[in-house]
Amino acid sequence: MALTSDRTTLGLTVGFVAVALLGVFVLPDWLLNQILVAFSRALAVVGLLVLWRTGLVSFGHALYFGLGAYTVALLGRNYGIGEVLVTLPAATLASALVGFLLGFIVRRYREIFFAMLNLAFSMVLFGILVKTEALGSTDGFNVEQPTLLGIGTDDAAVKLTALFLGVCAIGWLTAVLVHRYLGSILGSLTTAVRDNEIRVEYLGYSAAEAIHGKYVMSAALTGLGGGFMAISLGQVDPESMVNWTVSGELVFVTILSGPGSVAAPFIGSLIFELLRTYAFELVPYAWQLIVGGTLLLIIFFLPGGVWSVLSRLAGRRGVEP
Amino acid sequence: MSAILETVGVNKTFGAVTAARDINVSVAKHEIVGIIGANGAGKTTFVNMVTGWLPPSTGRIRFDGRDITGLAPRKITRLGICRSFQVAQVFMTATVFDNLMIALGIADAHGLGVLLPLRVRAREERADAILRRYQMQDYRDQPASTLPQGIRKLLDIAMAMVAQPKVLLLDEPTSGISVEEKFPLMDIVMGALKEEGVTVLFVEHDMEIVSRYVSRVLAFYQGEIICDAPPAEALADPKVKEFVIGDDLHNQTLLQAGALQDGAQEVSDARG
Amino acid sequence: MNLLLTILVEGLGYASYLFIVSLGLTVIFGVLKILNVAHGAFYAWGAYLCAFLIGEFSTMGVSDLGTMVAIPIAALIVGLILGSAIERTIIKNLYGRDEVLIVLATFGLFLVLEDVILLVFGVDPYFAYQPTYAMPGVQIGGIHQDGYKLSMIVVSLVIGLISWAVLNRTHWGKLVTAIIYDSELAVAMGINVPRVFYTVFVAGAVLGALGGAYIAPTISVAPGFGVEVIVLSFAVVVIGGLGSIPGAAIGALLVGMLRAYAVLQWPEIELFVVYAVMAAVLIFRPEGLFAPAKARKI
Repeated sequence: MALTSDRTTLGLTVGFVAVALLGVFVLPDWLLNQILVAFSRALAVVGLLVLWRTGLVSFGHALYFGLGAYTVALLGRNYGIGEVLVTLPAATLASALVGFLLGFIVRRYREIFFAMLNLAFSMVLFGILVKTEALGSTDGFNVEQPTLLGIGTDDAAVKLTALFLGVCAIGWLTAVLVHRYLGSILGSLTTAVRDNEIRVEYLGYSAAEAIHGKYVMSAALTGLGGGFMAISLGQVDPESMVNWTVSGELVFVTILSGPGSVAAPFIGSLIFELLRTYAFELVPYAWQLIVGGTLLLIIFFLPGGVWSVLSRLAGRRGVEP
Repeated sequence: MSAILETVGVNKTFGAVTAARDINVSVAKHEIVGIIGANGAGKTTFVNMVTGWLPPSTGRIRFDGRDITGLAPRKITRLGICRSFQVAQVFMTATVFDNLMIALGIADAHGLGVLLPLRVRAREERADAILRRYQMQDYRDQPASTLPQGIRKLLDIAMAMVAQPKVLLLDEPTSGISVEEKFPLMDIVMGALKEEGVTVLFVEHDMEIVSRYVSRVLAFYQGEIICDAPPAEALADPKVKEFVIGDDLHNQTLLQAGALQDGAQEVSDARG
Repeated sequence: MNLLLTILVEGLGYASYLFIVSLGLTVIFGVLKILNVAHGAFYAWGAYLCAFLIGEFSTMGVSDLGTMVAIPIAALIVGLILGSAIERTIIKNLYGRDEVLIVLATFGLFLVLEDVILLVFGVDPYFAYQPTYAMPGVQIGGIHQDGYKLSMIVVSLVIGLISWAVLNRTHWGKLVTAIIYDSELAVAMGINVPRVFYTVFVAGAVLGALGGAYIAPTISVAPGFGVEVIVLSFAVVVIGGLGSIPGAAIGALLVGMLRAYAVLQWPEIELFVVYAVMAAVLIFRPEGLFAPAKARKI
């Protein structure tokens, strides 16, 4: 089995390097931009995937997405800090810290109550942001020009490529680490907790603590994703970063991707982004119809999400997914 | 003989209902104790209190000289008391092998050790050894949800034994299992448990099973222990006959046929 | 004093339509164990159809007061036709599945139904103020009060009482209560559970649509307005206890009053006060304030 896990790591590495190379040498800028946004969101979805495997769905992870985004944006506006090696870790840590504190409460809840409690928390943040002028109110504000080790650029194409490579690198690292985590003893306590908390307790481990840990992890990853999204879009506002619709999108992409692999969120996210772009062009008033219809189709006919289709196709050709 | 498990004046009330009344039990190492009683007599409450699922209302529970009253199940498990369940508590979507791997992983892990990989060769070999000991090799890669009832209960017990506890509590290991399967299953279980030298307390309805496997019987009635004696003696006790065996048709038939007394006699003869 | 009165009346008016909508949501959850996000779509459909019908009736020469008949008609059409169709095609296939998955499925359904509204009714807002003109205003404590709003309070009271009476005083209501208490036992007792599920779902849909239809004359019926009410109704039923009718009433009152107070006195907290209360209730009383009794299983 150790061999297989190495193979997955290898597969992830090959995949991300291939996307990075394609991006730099082949793909047009508009697609690069789409991948940038998609992978930013995918970081958050990886966090939700860990929760989903544990049997938990949060309708309020926009809380952490927004915390990450606003941490990055506020560091720039209030302190003039655009250094990504400061802003992104800060975004991750801020979300992880809030996740750690709220985790003491949410870990007592399951199913709908877990989902709704998270929704309530996220809407409180939304309400505060909308009504606070100092935090930009409904309009939000711009994000400081990002720099890496103090180096920045005004060339839009160079900046896009740099951000794209950055999201690929962080995406790869996240995927590999989370994959390793899922293969650990603690990682096996995802589906195990979902299946039977009583047995987990009677094997000598606290299900609540296991859930708490995964919650913090998902909060941190969602904060990282939100931080990257803020840098990618160059702007933060409550509607596009913290509202419940953002939580809904994260959950939708999680379901669309499927729980099968840590690579799935990146693929699912990209499909979501492309779908949205084309849907707006082709059928401007049917975006919700498409999202809702897709959700129903997946729940009824494709519970494994897009990943299950890909792995089945790959399996038929005898290729390791 | 030193007591490994001891309860002192344990009571449990749920509102106006008394589920346990002044329970004083002392179990010595390597004893095999049968817990009998009609439905609602307080057997499972007793198991739940010892394993930390319910705290007693009053009284103390001591394990290996240590007070464990009111500790959480996972702490009691870590100290060395494990249990099985009336309805098997296993990871339904995982295979039999993975159920054992997860159980072994948790038993092995301490502190940050939980971040080590689950699937290492040594652990896989141990999981396979357990599969052989409990004769579940044929079901190795089957999801637990698809297992026959008996095998699922076997897995439940095997998982409880993974941490090599000093005391094991079995809550009705044969309930829901057909008559033909009962003895083969219990032979496997008791054989494995004896090999490991664990102290066993098990709740059982079937007096035939009780008389065959245990060295001592605790009979519960309305939350109280009405008899604490070797099986032959306990099953002949008039109170036990009236309050425990009386309500069960299967046991009554056995009793009338004299099968229980004979069986119990055989066991005590064999033990000398 | 006047302020207090204003908050009270505003809050009551707000609470009354929230109660009608939440009642449908909570009864559906209590019986079917489905937290139906698509309930917000019934609400929106009810509002759209009502506004549309009022417009039609008005052009046909019906009096302002007469156009009010559009409210029950819209509610019944949406509930009986749309509600039935959805129960038969989608909800029926969700019974017994994972609760969160059901929420997601009904969320998908909600999104679809919202967009179908746009396809049917277009993207322009509808205005149908006629019924509000027909209702005379009332002076309470020296303040002019909107008569239509007061009628809404009366209607919601009546609906609350009827629901309570149906559930507690009729044979059918007792079947429903038995299912809420323990659905497995209800099956064993020979209750035709699928039939009860269907009826309850449709009744709940009618209530959702009625809430929308009643509010339609007081607002501009525009795309996307079903969202706010569904999230608020969730808060109402979570605060009151999922599946509890008195809970829905208390929850609606609490949310209505809080919002009226926030709007008039403390606009900064308007957007999140409801969620803060909901979070607090979940933390201190996870089952809500009035969770219905359930069979305990071990």
